[in-house]
Amino acid sequence: MSGKKSGRVIGGVGVPVPKKDAPALLTGKPVYTADIAPRDCLCVKLMHSPHAHAMIEEIDVSRAQKLPGVACVLTYKDVPGTRFTQAGQTYPEFSPYDRLILDRHLRCVGDPVAIVAAETEKQALAAIRLIKVKYRLLPAILDAREAMDNETLIHPEEGWRALVPACGADNRRNLVAAGEEAQGDVEAELAACDIVIDREYSTRANQQCMMETFRAFTRIDTYGRLEVVSSTQVPFHVRRILATALEMPKSRVRVVKPRIGGGFGAKQTAVCEQYPAIVTVKTGRPAMIVYTREESMTLSSPRHAMIMHVRLGAMKDGTIRAIDLHTLSNTGAYGEHGPTTVGLSGHKSIPLYTHNMKAFRFVWHTVYTNTMSAGAYRGYGATQGLFAVESAVNELAHALHMDPAALREKNIVREGETMPAYYGETAQSCTIDRCIARAKEMIGWAEKYPARTLENGHIRAVGMALAMQGSGISGVDTGAVMIRLGDDGIYNMSIGATDMGTGCDTILAQMAAQSLECPVDNITVHGVDTDTSPYDCGSYASSTTYVTGMAVVKTCEELRKKIVRVGAQLMGCREDEALFEGSCVKKADESKSVTLAEIANAHMTANAEDISACVSNGSPVSPPPFMCGCAEIDLDPLTGEVKLVDYTGVVDCGTVINPNLAMRQTEGGLLQGIGMALTECPTIDSLGRTVSNSFLQYKIPARVDAPSIRVEFAPSYEPTGPFGAKSIGECVINTPSPAIADAVYNASGVRVRDLPITAEKILLGQKE
Amino acid sequence: MNVEFVLNGRRVSAIVDADDSLYKMLRSLGMHSVKCGCETTNCGLCTVHMDGKAVLSCSVPAARCAGHEITTLEGMQEEAARLGACLAGEGAEQCGFCAPGLMMNVFALAKENPHATAAEIDAFLAGNLCRCSGYVSQRRAIMKYLEQVTGEVRA
Amino acid sequence: MAKYKNYVLAQSLEEAYALNAKKSAVIVAGNMWLRMCGLSKQMAIDLSALGLDKIEEKEDAFLIGSMTTLRQMETHGALNAAFGGVFREALAPIVGTQFRNTATVGGSVFSRFGFSDVSALLLALDAQVVLFARGAVKLSDYQQEAWDRDIITHIRIPKGQRAAVQSVRVSATDIPVLVCAASVSDAGLRLVLGARPARAQIVVEHLAPDCGAETFEEIAARTAFGSNLRASEAYRRKIAPVLMMRAAKACREVTQA
Repeated sequence: MSGKKSGRVIGGVGVPVPKKDAPALLTGKPVYTADIAPRDCLCVKLMHSPHAHAMIEEIDVSRAQKLPGVACVLTYKDVPGTRFTQAGQTYPEFSPYDRLILDRHLRCVGDPVAIVAAETEKQALAAIRLIKVKYRLLPAILDAREAMDNETLIHPEEGWRALVPACGADNRRNLVAAGEEAQGDVEAELAACDIVIDREYSTRANQQCMMETFRAFTRIDTYGRLEVVSSTQVPFHVRRILATALEMPKSRVRVVKPRIGGGFGAKQTAVCEQYPAIVTVKTGRPAMIVYTREESMTLSSPRHAMIMHVRLGAMKDGTIRAIDLHTLSNTGAYGEHGPTTVGLSGHKSIPLYTHNMKAFRFVWHTVYTNTMSAGAYRGYGATQGLFAVESAVNELAHALHMDPAALREKNIVREGETMPAYYGETAQSCTIDRCIARAKEMIGWAEKYPARTLENGHIRAVGMALAMQGSGISGVDTGAVMIRLGDDGIYNMSIGATDMGTGCDTILAQMAAQSLECPVDNITVHGVDTDTSPYDCGSYASSTTYVTGMAVVKTCEELRKKIVRVGAQLMGCREDEALFEGSCVKKADESKSVTLAEIANAHMTANAEDISACVSNGSPVSPPPFMCGCAEIDLDPLTGEVKLVDYTGVVDCGTVINPNLAMRQTEGGLLQGIGMALTECPTIDSLGRTVSNSFLQYKIPARVDAPSIRVEFAPSYEPTGPFGAKSIGECVINTPSPAIADAVYNASGVRVRDLPITAEKILLGQKE
Repeated sequence: MNVEFVLNGRRVSAIVDADDSLYKMLRSLGMHSVKCGCETTNCGLCTVHMDGKAVLSCSVPAARCAGHEITTLEGMQEEAARLGACLAGEGAEQCGFCAPGLMMNVFALAKENPHATAAEIDAFLAGNLCRCSGYVSQRRAIMKYLEQVTGEVRA
Repeated sequence: MAKYKNYVLAQSLEEAYALNAKKSAVIVAGNMWLRMCGLSKQMAIDLSALGLDKIEEKEDAFLIGSMTTLRQMETHGALNAAFGGVFREALAPIVGTQFRNTATVGGSVFSRFGFSDVSALLLALDAQVVLFARGAVKLSDYQQEAWDRDIITHIRIPKGQRAAVQSVRVSATDIPVLVCAASVSDAGLRLVLGARPARAQIVVEHLAPDCGAETFEEIAARTAFGSNLRASEAYRRKIAPVLMMRAAKACREVTQA
């Protein structure tokens, strides 16, 4: 059922097939949203709030409206009154319905005050300068620690709704989520431990920084419906979000996803689609919005900043007995992904140390503040939680004078163990022990741990961390795949999963090729269109390879049966006498055969049965991929500067479907994690304005910053996954921050518990 | 104002505003390979050649191009296919949005220093940001491409 | 984004100077930083047709046209040979090759940005700014002045010096957290600190090239530093002596080479 690697297939599972869209992308063809927009699109621009918390007292758009070229100027007076969430999640969303397209109440710097659409960008920008606004300033909450039960309420409005009350949202307390999970008596266990590491760690609101900023265009199609072409990871969710926001029937909305210039979770939130959409609805004209990089850095969907308090209890021999984690997450002005990201900070960190664990407790709060709304960023809370827990484990190792690798080997989850802190799921596939062994070997851990001084006075040191993630959201994520047999035996595969550069179009085609025993070139794939693609919740939560991949396997099973049935009819035999052989169907006794082309062509002639299949898949479990990352750094003790010398990562993602693409996911994810650890410093000023608002002020790594990233796989076999595969996309971003933080400690004696790890924190920090 | 210049070997003219950039002018002429990733000269996505040198088209005034030669990836399709095959062989393009700018700068590198070492490749291309790939596969692909260009086999 | 209504490709320096006399005009050099500032002007004046993009070696100095790109300076054989390769080293971290193919030395010097690696190095090399109307002025004086209406035609760098730079950066291609440029000539060691984060300034001259660590501590103690997004005043103050010591040492080593 989980797919068999039978027979040799050109471009099947395990082969580094080039991506199907590579030739178009690498010759610069117009395949992205802005490239294919109609030339007569209105240019849509937003007027942004200069204040972190304010009420619009008066707004005068009369002069702006009269400017030549201006098609419309919209304010809060012009938008529907139904609140919605921009979060791309399965309905009913955990994220509260807390926003309007435009609101009188402005909750963060950058919050849209008005939407302007004009013939040209210059006209739209000129019109914005003519809008007169009188603001009434409100006290702003910029610090997450001050948010809960503050007398200032960020969402006091009547229309605020939490669709899933169980997440503990309460707008009268500035709370988006609150909860607790526990097993055993954590206080008693901690009291019984020889040693308790009790520390606080914090992470910032990192930006995904996909190269293509948020953008979408909209128009009225042939049938009078709203067509939305968007750079999105979640076309089906965008359809629902827009229908809700615009108070339109869902049948009136169509969403198309062309090629996407990167997402990393940013585009799991409908950050910009509603603005051109309402312009098109109001004017009937095509409209496009392209976020500037500054808008993408100031009004988008960054990582939730979290403050995590860890208590890690262990015995002198290094057995970890208890973990107590409290996470305070800052969702910003709106609740997108607020209730869900916080959960991963515990669910995807604590279970790593299942082996000797006697008790755990995980308590969480997510709060509103007057900062930009957070969203989904690769790792989705696990990244934050793993920085805290993995750092605490490293601190424990030092306190016990143990090698952090040995400490981990003693405590890590083993294949076959049930993980109480991971929804009680069992690790059916797990080679984390091999990941550790190999990552250590690759970096030269035995010779290099903990540190050595070079002739030039610099210090070289190593550090390590582990990570896990999930593979889709168990019991929620759904992906369907449709495959049709066409002329001469070609297969047209339709998917609703969204390739955002990761290569899922190709990977899913490889699985289909393997299942249908044909060359991968015989499988066509294309972008997503909510009118024609089968339903898929979208590409997020590390779901595509695992969830939609299994839908490919199931669809192919069914399609093979249909092909055999028609083949048997053509051969004049019973179905159970016929065998599917990829290029043909033949009788088991080899006396007769009929080619796939003959079957395909015959079924297009006065045939009552369509040879196609469409099967949907969801999974009751979410098997975690695991990995180990090791960093080697060079530290200049006189300036505190850190250079990454080498990073090795070994991943257990189950079966590797496409080695090249899995490797790129890993290398790319590691580098994003390295940026988060060292150079990316999201910062707001005392008025709540984002200062890190450009690539000048927010430093993502260039190729000279991390010249060596080396990755290998330690494949396990996941019985519930397609061909034994688990996910890869998110797990890979989680190890760099804790690994580099420990390497820095080994080099300098300074423990940095608040990201990023800057030269200043090291040089001016207290040695421990 | 009207700007006449040579675009990919052909004389063209464009009506531009005095403060328009070369980037904007090229997009208006249908050169969709040219992308914009920032407003602060940091990303390298808008890289094109001006008189044979790689420049950031976001920063070159359109009006300054009068009489000059501008080349975009649309004008280098054969080379693009060759370098593209090397990149695709590694899966190094990922989302592909930064690829045209990167490739234009690789062509500049191939002209200026075809025997570049790995470190020289990284240094030359440091102004081409990519968020997907982690860069190391791009370096391998570019080494392969330079081998093809120079005919030398590297260790 | 900078806005301007008219664009003039100047045919002579006289024409450019006359047009630029009005406050509503602006000179466009590399257009790297200009386009980012919110300026709104009637007229942009382009100097690119005036042949100001040459590096000329004179008997006692290099004369560098104001429209010369940073990349030209970085890759210029004679210029680097004369100053121990310092231009190659100092300019290479600036964003990327395409940026340096477009950015001009005149633009860097005129802007007087605190973070400018170029200004710091040129200050250390005792460069002069050749202005169309005023003639040659010392960069160290020009650096302290407000923006004016004169036009930089050349930068003059006297020969007979060795120079080195040291900097700390958040990432390899970022603007510096702090940069120290040093030069050694017959007149002794000169040290410049840039990205303090205020404008680069000469912090000491006529120093013995082999002075001790306490000298650098003392210089740092009387130099003004500030805080910004990249680092605090305290951090800059602490690393300043380190960078000065290293730059001075590198200078001495270049001299001996």
